[in-house]
Amino acid sequence: MDINSPYFHPEYETLSREEIGKLQTNRLQETIKRCSQVPFYAQKFKEMGIKPEDIASPEDIRKLPFTTKQDLRDTYPFGLAAVPLSDCVRLHSSSGTTGNPTVILHTQNDLDEWANQVARNLWMVGLRPDDVFQNSSGYGMFTGGLGFQYGAERMGMLTVPAAAGNSLRQIKFIKDFGTTAIHAVPSYLTRLYEVMQEQGVDPRTDTNLRVFAIGAEPHSEEQRQRIENMFGVKAYNSFGMSEMCGPGVGFECQEQNGLHFWEDYYIVEIVNPETLEPVPDGEIGELVLTTLRREAMPLIRYRTRDLTRVLGRSCPCGRNHVRIDRMKGRSDDMIVLRGVNIFPIQIEKILMTFPELASNYLITLSTDNDNDNMTVEVELAEMFTDDYARLHSLTKNLTRALKDEILLTPIVKLVPKGSLPVSEGKAVRVVDKRKVYL
Amino acid sequence: MKQLSIFIENKQGTLLTVLNVLKNANIQIIASTISDTQDFGIYRIICDDPERAYVVLGEQGVSVTLTEVFAIQLEDKPGEAARVLALFAEADISIAYMYSFLLSGKGILVFRSSDTEKTKQVIADKSLQEFC
Repeated sequence: MDINSPYFHPEYETLSREEIGKLQTNRLQETIKRCSQVPFYAQKFKEMGIKPEDIASPEDIRKLPFTTKQDLRDTYPFGLAAVPLSDCVRLHSSSGTTGNPTVILHTQNDLDEWANQVARNLWMVGLRPDDVFQNSSGYGMFTGGLGFQYGAERMGMLTVPAAAGNSLRQIKFIKDFGTTAIHAVPSYLTRLYEVMQEQGVDPRTDTNLRVFAIGAEPHSEEQRQRIENMFGVKAYNSFGMSEMCGPGVGFECQEQNGLHFWEDYYIVEIVNPETLEPVPDGEIGELVLTTLRREAMPLIRYRTRDLTRVLGRSCPCGRNHVRIDRMKGRSDDMIVLRGVNIFPIQIEKILMTFPELASNYLITLSTDNDNDNMTVEVELAEMFTDDYARLHSLTKNLTRALKDEILLTPIVKLVPKGSLPVSEGKAVRVVDKRKVYL
Repeated sequence: MKQLSIFIENKQGTLLTVLNVLKNANIQIIASTISDTQDFGIYRIICDDPERAYVVLGEQGVSVTLTEVFAIQLEDKPGEAARVLALFAEADISIAYMYSFLLSGKGILVFRSSDTEKTKQVIADKSLQEFC
C-alpha cells in the first residue's frame, strides 16, 4: 500500500462513470444469480419473468422487484439466506421491538468486503496506518462497533475498541494512547467535549485528535461545524445500515460535499416513495440500495425509507461514485434519536397498558443544550386521584416502561384530557423540532 | 365534605378556563388552593355546589374528580388549629394536605387524612364540628 496515494482502492475509487456502469451490470447479473438461490426472490423472478441476461445496464434494475424491511421480518430468521448457514460466519440482528427482528447474515467474504469499504473510507479522509483509532461506538449487535473495528484494523491503524460511554475513560485513552481519530454518534462528541472542559482538557493542545467519523443519527451541517470548532477536528459524515452490512456504505471525502456511495458495492437509486419511480438528480426521494457483492444475504432494491437526493456524480477528489446528500428524513414514521431507531407504535403500545391514560399522545423531538430529547405528552383518561404522589408515580412508571421499550429515557408529561390534537384520520403524533436535516 | 380536584397543566390560561366554567354555571367558590407546580398541578376547590360543578366541568372537558375531605369548624382565635391537629396527631393520623379559610367569623380547616375512619372517630369522640 502506497501511503502517499489518496486512494485505498485506486482501481475502484477512480473508475469513470462508464466503467462503473459496466462493472455494475456484471455484478448485478451475479447478484441475480445468487438471489435465484433464495426461494423468496426465485418466486418473484419467476412471476416477473426475470433472467440475469435481461440485465444490459444498471438502469435495467428497474425491472426488478423491491425488497422491504417487512420482507426481512416475514422471512425471519434465515429465509433470505443465499448460501447454506454453514457458509455463514456472522449474524447481526435488530432488536425487533416492532415485530420479528431482522437478521443479517455474513460469509467470511462479506465481512472482508465490509472491512474493505470501511478501510477505504477511513483512508479517504486522510487516516493512515500510523493513526490511532478509538471506536467510541456501541458494540454487540450494533454494526457501528465491529464494522469500524474490522475496517480500521484492515487499514492498518492501531484500533481501540473503547465502546460507548464512560467519558473519563475515553479521555484517558485519548491522552494515553495518542488517539488521532474517533468514531462516535455526533451527540456523544458534544457530551465528550463537555466532560473535557470539566476536566480542564483542551482537545487542541492536550490531544492528537484530528479526524472524527460521525453517523448513525441525523445531524445538521450546523451541528457538524460546531463539533469541528469545539475540538479543532475535521468531522466526516458516515452512512451505513445493517441490511447492507453496516457502516461503510457511504462516506464523505475531504471535500465534505455529500457522501460517496460506493457503486462497486451498491446500485443507488432515489425513487419517489409514492410512485416508486426514479426522481431526477437533485430531487429528494427515498434511497433504494441493491447489494452487488453480498454473498450470504444479497438484497435487491432494498427500500431504506431514508429520504435524500443525489448531489452529483463527479468530485474534485477524483472519485466519480455518486455523491448523496445527508439524510433529510424518513418516508415512514421511524424516529432516529441518539442513534436509536424508534417507531411511534412502540410508544403507543406501552401507553395502552396504562388504564389511567387516554389514547391521544404527542411525541416531540427537540434539541436542548446540544442534546436531542424526546418528550411524550399523554392525556389522562380521567382525573383518577387527588394525590400528587399517585400522579408522580404514574409518570415515573410510564417513563420506566417506555425506557424498557425504546432504550432511551423520554420526558413524560401528563396533560388533561382533550388538550392534544384529536386524531382525525392520520393524527400527527410526532413533531420534530431538532436542529437536524438542514 | 366534597372537594373538586382538578388536573391542571402548567400552562397560561388553564386556571382561567376552569374559573370561567364555574362562573358561567353560577357556582360560587368558597375556597381554593393550588401550589407551585412543575408540569402539572392539582387545583382543589370548595364550592357551594360540588356535584353540579363536577358535572359542568366534566362537560367542558376538564379533568376533574370529587374528593372526600374533612372540613372542621374552629373558633376564630389563636391556637385553635394547633389544638385540633394535636387531637389527630395523638390518634396517629397524618395529614396529606391542608388549607384553611375564614367564613362568617368561623375558621374552616380543610384537610385530607391518611385514615378516614379514624378521623371520623376522632371528630365524633372530641365533638368537633364539621363544616358543611
